[in-house]
Amino acid sequence: MTMKVLVPVKRVVDYNVKVRVAADGSGVETQGVKMSMNPFDEIAVEEAVRLREKGAAKEVVVVTVGAQAAQDVLRTAMAMGADRAILVRTDDTLEPRAVANVLKAIATREEAGLICMGKQAIDDDMNATGQILAAKLGWPQGTFASAVTVADGRIEVAREIDGGTEVVSLTLPAVVTADLRLNEPRYASLPNIMKARKKPLETVEIDSLGVDTASRLTVVSVAEPAERKEGVKVNSAAELVEKLKTEAKVI
Amino acid sequence: MTQIEREEMEFDVVVVGGGPAGLSAAIRLKQLMPDAGVCLIEKGSEIGAHIVSGAVIEPRTLDELLPNWRDLDAPLRTQVTEERMLFLTETRSFAVPYLDRVMPQMANHGNYIVSLGEVCRWLGEQAEALGVEIYPGFSGAELFIENDHVAGVITGDMGIERNGEHGPNFTPGMILRAKQTILTEGARGSLTGHAMKRFGLRKGVEPQTYGLGVKEVWEIPAEKHRPGLVQHSFGWPLDDHTYGGAWLYHFGENLVSFGFVTGLDYANTYLSPFEEMQRTKLHPAFREHFEGGKRLIYGARALSEGGFQSIPRLTFPGGVLAGDSAGFLNVPKIKGTHTAMKSGMIAAEAVAEALEKDRKEAASMTARVQQSWLWSELRDVRNIRPAFAKWGMKLGALYAGIDSMILRGRAPWTLHHPHADNETLRPASVCTKIDYPKPDGKITFDRVSSVFLSSTNHEENQPVHLKLRNESVWQTVNHDVFDSPESRYCPAGVYEQEQTGENAWQLRINAQNCVHCKTCDIKDPTQNIDWCTPEGGGGPNYPVGM
Amino acid sequence: MTALVLVEVENGAVRQASRSAVAAASRFGAVDAIVFGDGAQAAAALPGVTRVLSVPGLVNDLAEPAADLLAARAKDYSHILAAASATGKNILPRLAGLLDVQPIPDVVEIKDADTFVRPIYAGNALATVRSSDSIKVLTVRGSNFDPVAAEGGSATVETIEAPASEKSVFVKVELSASDRPELESARVVISGGKGLKDAANFKLLEPIADKLNAAIGASRAAVDSGFAPNEMQVGQTGKIVAPELYIAVGLSGAIQHLAGMKDSRVIVAINTDPEAPIFKVADYGIVGDLFEVLPTLEKAL
Ligand SMILES: Cc1cc2nc3c(=O)[nH]c(=O)nc-3n(C[C@H](O)[C@H](O)[C@H](O)COP(=O)(O)OP(=O)(O)OC[C@H]3O[C@@H](n4cnc5c(N)ncnc54)[C@H](O)[C@@H]3O)c2cc1C
Ligand SMILES: Cc1cc2nc3c(=O)[nH]c(=O)nc-3n(C[C@H](O)[C@H](O)[C@H](O)COP(=O)(O)OP(=O)(O)OC[C@H]3O[C@@H](n4cnc5c(N)ncnc54)[C@H](O)[C@@H]3O)c2cc1C
Ligand SMILES: Cc1cc2nc3c(=O)[nH]c(=O)nc-3n(C[C@H](O)[C@H](O)[C@H](O)COP(=O)(O)OP(=O)(O)OC[C@H]3O[C@@H](n4cnc5c(N)ncnc54)[C@H](O)[C@@H]3O)c2cc1C
Ligand code: SF4
Repeated sequence: MTMKVLVPVKRVVDYNVKVRVAADGSGVETQGVKMSMNPFDEIAVEEAVRLREKGAAKEVVVVTVGAQAAQDVLRTAMAMGADRAILVRTDDTLEPRAVANVLKAIATREEAGLICMGKQAIDDDMNATGQILAAKLGWPQGTFASAVTVADGRIEVAREIDGGTEVVSLTLPAVVTADLRLNEPRYASLPNIMKARKKPLETVEIDSLGVDTASRLTVVSVAEPAERKEGVKVNSAAELVEKLKTEAKVI
Repeated sequence: MTQIEREEMEFDVVVVGGGPAGLSAAIRLKQLMPDAGVCLIEKGSEIGAHIVSGAVIEPRTLDELLPNWRDLDAPLRTQVTEERMLFLTETRSFAVPYLDRVMPQMANHGNYIVSLGEVCRWLGEQAEALGVEIYPGFSGAELFIENDHVAGVITGDMGIERNGEHGPNFTPGMILRAKQTILTEGARGSLTGHAMKRFGLRKGVEPQTYGLGVKEVWEIPAEKHRPGLVQHSFGWPLDDHTYGGAWLYHFGENLVSFGFVTGLDYANTYLSPFEEMQRTKLHPAFREHFEGGKRLIYGARALSEGGFQSIPRLTFPGGVLAGDSAGFLNVPKIKGTHTAMKSGMIAAEAVAEALEKDRKEAASMTARVQQSWLWSELRDVRNIRPAFAKWGMKLGALYAGIDSMILRGRAPWTLHHPHADNETLRPASVCTKIDYPKPDGKITFDRVSSVFLSSTNHEENQPVHLKLRNESVWQTVNHDVFDSPESRYCPAGVYEQEQTGENAWQLRINAQNCVHCKTCDIKDPTQNIDWCTPEGGGGPNYPVGM
Repeated sequence: MTALVLVEVENGAVRQASRSAVAAASRFGAVDAIVFGDGAQAAAALPGVTRVLSVPGLVNDLAEPAADLLAARAKDYSHILAAASATGKNILPRLAGLLDVQPIPDVVEIKDADTFVRPIYAGNALATVRSSDSIKVLTVRGSNFDPVAAEGGSATVETIEAPASEKSVFVKVELSASDRPELESARVVISGGKGLKDAANFKLLEPIADKLNAAIGASRAAVDSGFAPNEMQVGQTGKIVAPELYIAVGLSGAIQHLAGMKDSRVIVAINTDPEAPIFKVADYGIVGDLFEVLPTLEKAL
């Protein structure tokens, strides 16, 4: 198999960090906060590496669009088994549409046969980049994947839908976005982290790609969600049921 | 058990622990031997993730280590401008007059209020720039011993399941071979403990004693913020026989560092260091600082308080100890950063010499320490902490004043630490319960919501890293005699006693909450709690600010 | 301005989340609906809908033909909406890609025709964003918009041909067989804590769950004590749920638990301790012994 798998990975505020809205409402405090690879992207990397280990793919290339510091997630991905990495360098924060434009350029240059990515980044929770990218490339998409199999030039994707699983069969090349149950990513072991330091990492300046990276959204403000208000005490189960029916209308 | 195959990697020096001591050692080594292979491992998920400190630091060692630090954008931004030491009664406070003469250790002019976690992140960048390989998220689990000397460390295995079986992602730890291993694990390091036992490093020295610091970082309204303000207190809420006190520092952008240190030689089993910290905030001398503010971070960590008398032998075949692991903390100053850094630098110098001369033991470290300012600094204050233990807080403070002002640290006698901290607890039957106020959710809080702000987590499916060596001892000693002191001293609510029958109790261990302060390892009356390093990357994730 | 709403019909009825999306869309002006597969009639009955585009040939909600079709019609609309469901989240961003616009997912509040509020960082912050795209593509969170009624409208129905899909082929669908809905997608969740005392008592939640077609959750203390399996844990280190109704039984409401359920629409708490933090977030609380309250609750339902 000669297929090359491209895995876009994003550097995000670590899952364990309690984010704090900046006092001036301009965004979320990210200064000095621990950053890590988006958890869904770890799953995508794992899946791509498994495909290569099974012989269904030849090479796993990871790519991130971000600042110099985003290199660390590329190193982690390579420690998990990716073969090489591309940093598309920019100091701006890009929207999924812009990220998709960049990824399209990279996918074309790399002649990727499959793009395997996270379904959603846990910072902006857009859940959009994969779908936009698939549309722009004119490729089919297998979103929210919980299982994938590659055979005979097609990829079969089990997708998590409301209340169950749907299976679709796509022609390759295709875009697959990983859901939580797809796999349990391996640890980046210390020996592999050490080896990953020596794997190739290419830096591409975003301007050299000549793609449209303009934003279409402006952030007016970012606020903390309102705290829940303490409700009322009821005296009996019967009264509760009554209120749930007539007042809250949930049952 | 089957032998696990481990990969190996060879370095000249492996440093265990990325606090100020370990990072200073690594930096100094690379300055002396730019070609040496130096590797540093840190159990926190990143450098600084496990650092808890005040912190007012003396820049003295930084001037020696990186004289151009001011040009390197070092995060020392708030200079001390105003300071006071308060003696508290329940409702009132009295400032100690002529502080700089009575308690010269507490004079802080020229010092900086920092987030030590941030300083460590910065030191980490400096170290990496010099070529040190830093691997956060990996703990040193065992010393790697070969021919009776330490030949490196073994990192922790990953992916072992709760029941002890290897899970699908089992990844064995790795052997990091080194000609010299520098142990800088901070107070009560676990590998340090192994080395001390194996090589008899504590022979002839007094027991190490500890304090537990419980800390919060607040963001307060700008109009109340007085950057550079340093306030310490002693007296209330502790009784005269319990060593400890509070600190409050205004620093950074509207941040306040507040915390409370309790000497772990306390006797009353009903004492809760966490609650002492909480209730201190309600005192009029502190309360106003928090009103209208928001608590951002919570954490806790033990610090060594034995000082000079408790410093162990510093070297052993194949390695050295430095920083808080060796007990280099100036207790009356509650400052251990500059001393940790200095001892790390000296360790590096001794290790470099050993590497050059191909010696197994970096034995020159001891003499180098004794010839440095570090030694005289610690020697001069050696009697102050034991005086508090011996005569209580008020007389102790008086003694401290005399020792510093009149004797200037040159007293011809040395006071001792007669007990290890686990021996000082008194049975519940002779202790008075302490009635701590309920948390108000605005200024005071409970433990679970506090732990939340330490961003602590441990991979759930792993063996419990806190174990009772002998389960039955817990009921007969901890429960029956001391009424479960661990349920009070643990600042993360890891231990809960649970009634399981008429007269049957058991200890529930919520290991996932553990903030790695090491208090249980220190204070358990029969040393029955075994604190092992959990899977790397676990534990608190303190952000910058801590 | 006219908005187009992708309406999902299930077993002949319009899904509640889609009715909420129609309600949201009427904020922008006239509303057209598009229905894939059967169900145009149900959509035509929604109050406020003027026209239904029916695509009976497109039965399996495949994103590729669906997005193509929507893109071909898009120029007639200022806003294109769907519920933030698995289907909406699969199709609409792809449509946005075809139109070269930036989608706005999970909208919880509409400020004006260009300005929307959406949660980021798993709901720990709310961002208000303004879009400069000429066609706005959004998915909306059902629980934040009161749904329109299921009946009362009479829209015209226009049938359109489904485009072919070669690159993507539907193979099969497996709906989960369990009679209990999954925690994360259940409309009602009932969770138990340490207060249930043992694993046998934990079963007391089942009859109520049956009556409400609810999923069952647990606090970590309950999981750690062996009352319930790991998968049932709700909270920071467990599942994050946001059902219409969350019933917390004998659990204190530790902040780590709240992190997993505080976005539920209605919260009910049953606890003996009036000071338990769960009451601080509960819309309805019963201070009482769960062993007395649960049986009466079961009867009252
Ligand atoms: C409310 C709001 C306002 C915003 N305002 C602005 C603004 O004013 N200006 C501006 O420039 N940006 C703005 N952004 C963009 C924002 O910062 C994000 O970069 C963007 O939303 C990406 O969304 P996401 O990562 O959630 O994408 P998702 O679609 O959720 O990401 C899915 C997957 O895409 C891949 N991916 C995403 N990003 C990258 C990347 N950088 N590199 C490699 N792979 C990637 C990953 O595999 C990821 O798992 C705004 C975003 C939001 C939510
Ligand atoms: C509450 C409190 C307040 C303080 N206030 C001040 C102050 O105001 N001014 C001041 O100068 N000093 C203060 N100190 C003291 C100062 O913080 C310490 O002396 C100093 O941090 C010690 O540095 P260290 O490098 O020896 O250890 P630490 O700072 O404790 O660092 C040790 C590092 O090693 C890591 N580690 C431990 N074991 C392992 C292992 N097995 N494998 C891998 N990594 C490991 C730890 O995670 C940690 O990051 C305070 C201390 C405390 C606790
Ligand atoms: C890193 C970390 C992650 C965590 N993640 C999670 C998580 O994902 N999910 C989670 O739930 N917790 C989590 N926790 C644990 C959390 O802090 C609490 O310990 C836990 O939620 C408590 O569970 P509980 O409410 O069932 O138990 P308790 O706090 O013991 O509460 C039991 C409650 O039952 C009430 N009660 C007792 N008897 C009766 C009766 N007869 N009738 C009515 N009420 C009664 C009591 O008044 C009490 O309020 C986490 C903690 C940490 C540190
Ligand atoms: S379990 Fe021990 S080390 Fe962990 S937080 Fe509690 S006292 Fe500290």
